[in-house]
Amino acid sequence: MMPLWEVFIRSRNGLAHKHVGSVHAADATMALQAARDVYTRRGEGLSIWVVPSVAITASDPADRDTLFEPTGSKIYRHPTFYQVPDDVGHM
Amino acid sequence: MTTTSITLHETPRVRRLLSLADDALILGHRTSEWAGHAPLLEEELALANIALDLIGQARALYAEAGNESGHTEDQLAYLRDPQQFRNALIMELPNGDFAFTIARLLLVSAASDLVWQTTLDEPDRALAAIAAKAGKETAYHLRHAAEWLIRLGDGTDESHQRAQSAIDRLWPYTGELFATSAERDAWNAVVEPIVTRATLQRPADGWMQSGGRSGRHTEHLGHLLAEMQVLPRTYPGAIW
Repeated sequence: MMPLWEVFIRSRNGLAHKHVGSVHAADATMALQAARDVYTRRGEGLSIWVVPSVAITASDPADRDTLFEPTGSKIYRHPTFYQVPDDVGHM
Repeated sequence: MTTTSITLHETPRVRRLLSLADDALILGHRTSEWAGHAPLLEEELALANIALDLIGQARALYAEAGNESGHTEDQLAYLRDPQQFRNALIMELPNGDFAFTIARLLLVSAASDLVWQTTLDEPDRALAAIAAKAGKETAYHLRHAAEWLIRLGDGTDESHQRAQSAIDRLWPYTGELFATSAERDAWNAVVEPIVTRATLQRPADGWMQSGGRSGRHTEHLGHLLAEMQVLPRTYPGAIW
């Protein structure tokens, strides 16, 4: 089987690339083409990144409580105490 | 609507539009035959995208030819007999293996790409507008086919042998893609470096097949059209 690549697409200027899925391809050039053909058929993208899936280091699901649970009780980290004017767009 | 074939008064402009349209439709149909059979999912979608691009190009060109000849797109696609089709023979050849499909897409797209580039500056503004849209699509088809051919040619012994065999069998059908030797020279300048990078031998220019432009087709076109046209000819005026 060919190597797996993770695909990230930026849909508009100013937005970040977002993970959309993965493709199989023999090398980076073919992965980029495959990503274009599979994930931008309906005008979704202005820019594509492909990254070898093996290059991604993922957190262990078993560590979930240790890593993420402690933030649940720290509401003061959320900027929810500010009024955001309506005409401020993306924040 | 009638199931009998239409008769067409082909002005030089209609004939030119039909050559371009029939090339796109027939290759688009052949490419669409890969749906459900492509070697991997990613390529399945790539080939489907290319087929849809080509059929879209054909529609725009048929609409333009129809404005002048008084027919609809559907009549031009579905109610002409093989002898009335103006596509080059290379378009109607069966898909063969994946290497053959890719090699044909490369050879044809390289020619189409040059056609669209020169058509951009046409005084015929309707055709120039079609070229502007089609040119972007065809440039991608060319890139896609080139990247694949390079990998097939420079891949395993088997993929190399299949790619070489495809190029060898297709070469005699490439003469029909050009009206002048200058056009062929420009095409060679695009194709030769790709063939070389693919570690393939460029076949010698020998005797060339022809006849498609004047309606003398291979036996394959009749079978293709039978499948493509059976529904509108059996159920005239059928709609989704």
